[in-house]
Amino acid sequence: MKSIALVGNPNVGKTAVFNALTGLNQSTGNYPGVTIDRKHGKMQLEGSTVHIVDLPGVYSLAAHAPDEMIAVDVLLDQQRGEDEVYGLLVVVDASNLERNFYFVSQLLEFGKPLVIALNMMDIATRREIQIDVTLMSQLLQVPVVPICAHKAVGISELKSALGQLAREELQPSPVRATFPPEQEQALDELQELLLNRKGMLGRNIPRLEAFRLLVDEGGYVEKRILKKVGRGFLDELNRLRQQARTMGGNLAAQEARVRYGWVRGLLELAVQFPAERKRTRSERLDNYLTHRVYGTLFFVGMMAVLFQCIFTWSVPVMELIEETIGGLGEMFGAGMREGALRSLVVDGIFAGVGSVLIFLPQILILSFFIAVLEDFGYMARAAFLMDKLLGWCGLSGQSFLPMLSSFACAIPGILATRTIRDRRDRFTTILVAPLMSCSARLPVYTILIAAFVPSERYLGGILGLQGLTLFMMYGLGVVVAVPVAWLLRKTLFRGEKPPFILEIPSYKYPQARIVLKKVYREGREFIVRAGTLILAVTIVVWALAYFPRSADIGYEFEVQRLSLNQTIQNPDLLEAQLNQLDFEESAAYLRESYLGLAGRWVEPVFAPLGWDWRIATATIASFPAREIIVATLGTLFHLGQNVDEDSTSLIETLQQATHPDGTPLFTFAVALSVMVFFALCCQCGATLATMKRETRQWRWPIITFVYMTVLAYIAAFLMYNAAVMVGWG
Amino acid sequence: MSRTLDQLRVNESGVVATLRGTGTIQQRLMEMGVSDGATVEVLRFAPLGDPMEIRVRGFHLSLRKSEAALVEIQS
Repeated sequence: MKSIALVGNPNVGKTAVFNALTGLNQSTGNYPGVTIDRKHGKMQLEGSTVHIVDLPGVYSLAAHAPDEMIAVDVLLDQQRGEDEVYGLLVVVDASNLERNFYFVSQLLEFGKPLVIALNMMDIATRREIQIDVTLMSQLLQVPVVPICAHKAVGISELKSALGQLAREELQPSPVRATFPPEQEQALDELQELLLNRKGMLGRNIPRLEAFRLLVDEGGYVEKRILKKVGRGFLDELNRLRQQARTMGGNLAAQEARVRYGWVRGLLELAVQFPAERKRTRSERLDNYLTHRVYGTLFFVGMMAVLFQCIFTWSVPVMELIEETIGGLGEMFGAGMREGALRSLVVDGIFAGVGSVLIFLPQILILSFFIAVLEDFGYMARAAFLMDKLLGWCGLSGQSFLPMLSSFACAIPGILATRTIRDRRDRFTTILVAPLMSCSARLPVYTILIAAFVPSERYLGGILGLQGLTLFMMYGLGVVVAVPVAWLLRKTLFRGEKPPFILEIPSYKYPQARIVLKKVYREGREFIVRAGTLILAVTIVVWALAYFPRSADIGYEFEVQRLSLNQTIQNPDLLEAQLNQLDFEESAAYLRESYLGLAGRWVEPVFAPLGWDWRIATATIASFPAREIIVATLGTLFHLGQNVDEDSTSLIETLQQATHPDGTPLFTFAVALSVMVFFALCCQCGATLATMKRETRQWRWPIITFVYMTVLAYIAAFLMYNAAVMVGWG
Repeated sequence: MSRTLDQLRVNESGVVATLRGTGTIQQRLMEMGVSDGATVEVLRFAPLGDPMEIRVRGFHLSLRKSEAALVEIQS
């Protein structure tokens, strides 16, 4: 099978073109060995189906990491598992021609037919950039189609050009940027040397790859080839590099000079720029949005609105979901007989999964916000504003988006690190991302704060102790992340600070389709997780808390029940006594269950934190996914509770929980200790699995798990003892 | 001693003479258009003083002062 490759710089609207061409006929996958999405689409052209592969946006073919080599390898038809490419569709930003055509000059050298889509023509027109499309097409000997992808303008013309490409009616253009003869000669010689080593290399090295080998000193191609032919080859290579140099500077400087010279020549003929440049809308907007004062205020305000949305405005929706699921559980339970199955459905599945699903609104709000800001172009500005701040702990501005995403969930946060080019920076960000308080921690905070933090208000009611505690919990992860990141950059990821060379794209109207697709993907992933991993753990926890259901206990309580029935005449008193007995029975079952046994066994470990066996049990059960704690606490305290009583909320149940001696189980100090533990502990199997997938090594999730758990234990210990000392015990 | 890009003031522009040193950072800057002969204009510095935003070849680029210090400006 053959495909058309969709290529272009980042921020040129490549996704919009891909969407306009393929509609809903898209699929995403992964390339083996690297973390780059492999995006495929099908489009209908004059009755036949044409495949398109959407390559990651890059500025140049010079690759310094395996991820950046994917595009080159696909275009050279040497990427395993990828279709042969018979032509390229190059998306070019018509309002940013010079740098875009630098890349085009590299693409021409693949010797494959090209079609150029000049996107964002509306912006170019507004900026009075006049492009003679016909002349440009003649000069390049390539079809050039002006389009405006997000308005679907020019798509049918583009399709007819692609039809020519698909029918293989187009010839590769012979147009090239001209390099000095010395460089071409060195390249010839290099190819010959590589041909002699074909045995070691196991394949022919195409001329374009040899070009990158010659020019990119210390680049990915050099590493890949030296690994095969031995480091001794570097001497030969350096000799040829010396020979190829005719201008000042190295070959990279020579390439830039030659290519930008070629681009200038082309644009001088085919494009007329306005004599006097006017400030663009985007620039006028940036006078405020990245302004020292207004920009900072806007940034802080934006974050405030975001968190307000997540934590306040989502509440009604969350309550609605909670009620619906609770109602459903009761409906199902009503039609079932008392016993293990009913308990599984009501206490296990509905209580467990329901307590997780209520976070869907928050996840959706946050991912909507991020998707809008990203498509608008604000995220590059946020990185610009935050770079210095993040630099203090050894990170860069590009870590901002992953960190922000991690407040919803560490998984999209970790996936967002793919845009960080430097490996050390990326891995540091991945390892500290789970410290950000994700929305799965929120239920723990919400419930414990509502139950145990006094609702005192200070400063005339503006500042509440409850709100302050919540803010402190969110701050804790950030505050801890700073020294951890700093330490990681000094030890495991020691090395020079990577560059911060980032395009600041023009602002544009966010596109509903792109935004909604991202929100949908995130929401779906969350629901799938709730429906699979969390459901499974909930069932296991329920089973461990329900069984072995010793017959002795049942017998013992049955005997007591009978004797009560015989001795007490007053029906009200009898019912009260029977209820009390039911409660004691559930508690006895729970204490003797597998979970109860395990919990009491580990109780001493958690005693210094102020926890009893039930808290310890619930915590251990929630290591696969922390939001399970709510379900587990519900299950644990519900099973050990008088079920006939008006179904008290979990908050009240926890407030009423006591130690065996009758003193309250939870104090402010215990609640704080539990919250701090949850703030810092890595209780999320899915995050660890994602880390493994993204770093391709088990050691990073293992290191993360260990350091976070140790940190959580120590911090919870300190918190508890400090709180007891100031009298909150 | 010629000036480097990080020493330009806001709204000041200059023409790139050469890039000091060789390496990945230099190559990346050049690919992004900060190569000899290009006109660069400083637009602003971030609120904390670093990084800076420049206009080069018709688009906006952000880079740190330490990277801009590699870019020599024609006097």
